[in-house]
This record gives sequence, C-alpha cells and structure tokens, in this order.
Amino acid sequence: MMDARHLAKALADPPYVLGLDDRGWAALLAMAQAERLAGSLAVRLDGLPIPAVAREVLRNALVTAETGRIRALWEAEMARRALAPLRIPVILLKGTAFVAAGLDAGRGRLIGDCDILVPRDRIAEAEAALLAAGWEWVKPDPYDDTYYRTYMHELPPLIHKDRDAMIDVHHNILPPTARTGRADAAALIAGAMPLNEGLFTLSPEDMLVHAAAHLFADGDLAGGLRNVWDIDRLIREHAEIEGYWQRLVEAARRHGLVAHVSRALRLTHHLFDTPVDAFLAYLPRRSDVAFMSRILARDRWGRETQKALRFAFYVRSHWIRMPSLMLARHLWTKWRTRQRSR
Amino acid sequence: MTLACGPVTFRIGSDWAAPIKALDALYSDYPKPQSTIPHFTVRLEATRWWRRWIAPSIAISGDFRLPEVAPLALGMGLLAAEMAMNLQVALGDRRFLLIHAASVEKDGKALILTGESGSGKSTLAAMLALKGWRFIGDEFALIEPATGLIYPFPRPTSLKNDAIAAILALAPADRFGPLLRDTPKGDLRHLVPPSDAIARMHEPARPTLLLYPRFGAKAAVRDVGKAENFVRLTQASTNYVALGETGFQALTRFVSDVPAIAVDYPDSATAIRTVNRLWKALG
Repeated sequence: MMDARHLAKALADPPYVLGLDDRGWAALLAMAQAERLAGSLAVRLDGLPIPAVAREVLRNALVTAETGRIRALWEAEMARRALAPLRIPVILLKGTAFVAAGLDAGRGRLIGDCDILVPRDRIAEAEAALLAAGWEWVKPDPYDDTYYRTYMHELPPLIHKDRDAMIDVHHNILPPTARTGRADAAALIAGAMPLNEGLFTLSPEDMLVHAAAHLFADGDLAGGLRNVWDIDRLIREHAEIEGYWQRLVEAARRHGLVAHVSRALRLTHHLFDTPVDAFLAYLPRRSDVAFMSRILARDRWGRETQKALRFAFYVRSHWIRMPSLMLARHLWTKWRTRQRSR
Repeated sequence: MTLACGPVTFRIGSDWAAPIKALDALYSDYPKPQSTIPHFTVRLEATRWWRRWIAPSIAISGDFRLPEVAPLALGMGLLAAEMAMNLQVALGDRRFLLIHAASVEKDGKALILTGESGSGKSTLAAMLALKGWRFIGDEFALIEPATGLIYPFPRPTSLKNDAIAAILALAPADRFGPLLRDTPKGDLRHLVPPSDAIARMHEPARPTLLLYPRFGAKAAVRDVGKAENFVRLTQASTNYVALGETGFQALTRFVSDVPAIAVDYPDSATAIRTVNRLWKALG
C-alpha cells in the first residue's frame, strides 16, 4: 500500500517524478496538499518537464505561499512596531523566521500563525502592548486561559481584530511541565541573531533544536512530514557553517533535548537522505519505526491512515506534556466542561 | 472517477457507490479529459466509520476543507459532490480571479450576472442560455488576470424551489438531474447546460457587461459606481485576497473596463426584456 514515502521521495529526489503515471501524480498532489507541502514541492520540481495540470496545481500552491510570505512578514513587522517602545528583542520562530531570514526552509512553505519569543519577565508588558495595538483574546474559556498562563510556554493565542491574524507569544519552546527537555530560554535569547532593527531569529543550532522539540516533544506528529522537511532544509543550509555540528551538540545538551535532536537527524536522513553527523544521530532506536509510520500515514487519496497508531501518538502527546497526576486533573476538567456544554 | 469541466479536472472518491453513479449520469455529456491528473481531489467520506452503513452521512472533504461545512444525508450525494467541487475551486484555485456569478456569451462578449444567492442570477442565466446565448457558467466567473478574459466553467446549474418548474417548462426533460427534496437549500434539481456550451467549454469571452439582478422587486435600473462595484466584487470573490497584487490588478482592470448595472425585476419576462435592452444599448 502506498504511503507518504511517495511524497518524501519526490521532495528528496525530484527526478523521481519523471517516471510517474497519472495515478502516481494524482496521489503525489493529494498527499502534498494534505501535508501542506505543495508549495515546497513546487519549489523542488521547478524547471522539470512535468505534466501541464501538475504544473498548474503547483503554481497555485506557489502563489498561495507567496501571498502567505508577504502576510507573515507584515505580521512580524506589526508585532515589531507594537513592541518597539518596550525595547525588548522580538525573536521570530518557525515559518516566519524562515522567510524573514530568507532561508531555504521558507521557500514555498505555508505559514500559520506568527510565532514570537520574548523574555519571560517581560511577557506581561508584551501582552499589554499587543492588546493596546489591536490584538484580542481568542479563547474565552477561563480554564484554558489559566492553563495557558500557568503551565504553557506561551500566552493564550491572540488574534488581531482588523487583520484576522493570530500571534503566539512564547517565552520558551517547550512547556515547563514537559517530561523531557528543559529548554534554556535565556540561552535561546542570548544566542539570537539580529535580522534588522528589533527583529531576531534563533541561532542556526537553536532553530534546529526547536524544530526537533516541536516535532517530538510538543504534539501528536500530525503534519509531521513538513517539520521533518524543515529540518532537512535547515541542516542542508547550515551544516556548511564551520563548527555547526559541534554547536548543535552543545545546544541539544543545554536544552536537554539530545534524544529528540538525535531522532530528528535519523528520520530526516532516512526520509530525505540528509547528510547528518553520525555522532549526534547515534544508533537507531526501535521506536524510530513507529515514528516513521506515523509521519508517513497517508494514502493515495490524501487521507490519514493507521488510526490506532495515530491515536497512540495522540495519547503520547498528552503524556509527554505533563506529569501523570496533573494530566488526570486536566482531562477530568476538560471532560466536565464538555459534558456541561452539551 | 475523473471529471473535467472547462479548465478544471477533478478526481472524486466516495465511500459509497451512489454519489459516483449520480455524477456519472449528470456529466455523461462532458468529454473525458486527456490526462486524468486532477487539479483537485474531492472526497465524500462517512462522518464516522459506522455512518457508512447506519444513517449514512457524508462529510465534504478533499484537498481543501472548511471545518464548518455541515454533513449531508446520502440521498443528497449529488449536492454534496457539487458543493465539494465548488469548495475546492473556491479555496484552491489561483489561476483565475474567481467571482461568484453566472455568465452567458454572445459574439465573443460575456454578460456576467452577480449578486447574493436568491437574486435569481442562476435562473436568469439558464433562461438566457435557452434563448440564444451561450452558457458560460453558473457558480464562478473565471477571470484570467493576464488577459482579463472570462473562461467557461459550464457545470450543471442547481435550480432551487420555484425555479425548477419555471425552467422545466422551457428545457427538454432529459437535461435534468434527479429532484432532490428538502436539501438545506430547499428542493433542488440540476440542469445540464446545452451541448453547445459543453462543446465550447474551452473558448473564453471578453467581459462586456456586469449586472446585479434582484428578483422580486419593482422594475428598476441603476448604474453601479466603480467604487461600489469594486467593493461588492471583492466580497463576491473567493480568492481576491489570496491572489495578492495580481488580484488587485485583475479586479481594477475588470471594474474599469466593464460597466455595471443593478437590475430589479418582478418577473423573468421583464428581466429578459431589460437584459436585451441594456445589451443593445452597448452597441
């Protein structure tokens, strides 16, 4: 049975698509849309002699990505202007950072919310400044609000009332309650690289640590193929910088995320043939197989497959986020809220 | 199954055989595309695995999805498929500036009818198509940004409620799909476009006149100013924002080239007379 390895192959080795028949193309395009990788695929297949309809679909995706890129840069600039009077560094994360820094990882990539990182002791000021500049609360539920503020690494999401654009203000890259990883926010901020006045990105090594943390320590791996593709692009672009691997080892150790970074390297090497450091990638673990199957769980119609495995990763996403007793309390509260709202 | 209409090819999959069979019948006049590579994949899926058999319920899905689209009963499979196809185009296409409108053509010039649903634009376009105009499309006007031309997308018209009987009196019975009763939009029946419209579905036309018809009001005609027209068309477009600068340029050009007139009409005969009069006045 076909899975998303079909899409992974096309991304890693573009001439692979030249051998596809109509059915193969239909599957490739549906998978790329479902994994939100159509724009990235378009960038990779640019210049190859591909069928006319496929070219049209991929051009659509590129137009969408380009509009999204401009919008993301504008949102970053709006956040910068709102926070500039406070004189705090605004560090862009994920997709917004990739396009702002002009990285390969940003080419053709769809960008969701604007994610930024600010120092924890300044987050209340940042919040007030954003509220004053037109952003508003999304979540009206008081439990969720308290939960975010007490246990999460970010504020509850804010949405701008005129532009309908969401911003996630982080003070760290992992929740403080997470079972693995104790990301050192101060080190992330100290290592940040200036882009232009008032805007920063994480250092190349912290960017990779964040991508790995986001993939393996903060969620159920839905849409994970795109995160692995980010990791491939980041490594290919940054690995040539002198001392990259050494600094990556140090960063992974500093944030307590060596196992996650190591697994990220193994998976990206396996899926995209990414050149990785053998020392840091270390030896395969048996659970790599489960992660791989989860990431590739997609059929030729773009539907998710492997229901049981997906559910297992969903359960895991809760398990890794907090200690057992706290999780029990959280699920109980959520369940009661749901019952009441029926 | 694969199905092509104008510049768009769809691949449609379903958890049930019935919707595909109904589509096959409705689109039997349309030529099969040379390539089966689709622009969009459409999926009609059971809302829960057991809803495939028990109280079957269709979730509309595909490459592009909106979470708030309500599921439909299996008996409305044809409506679900049509809605799913429209949704893909509305959310995913970036080749054309898309405007919610029905259009017909004469001598290479296109007459475009836009307005809210219930304004009567579909019925009016269907009638004009039975009176010597070429049917271009009912759901979307596809404006190519580079040329300003409108490309045909002649899908079956979905006639609702009273419009069904009105058109049944005019068109041959074999051009109609099955009657779907009590859909969320009321009674609904599809009308397959005239074969000439299907045969010429790759022939674009030059937008020449834009009308805002409104059914049920006292007969009146009013010029729509460019500023008002522009704003109303941004609202009638599904991808104006997503196209960015290209969308702005395409719409600016459209608004400055094509005169816009609001037409209130109490009955179809008045509407058709008014349309013919306005069309002649263009010269």
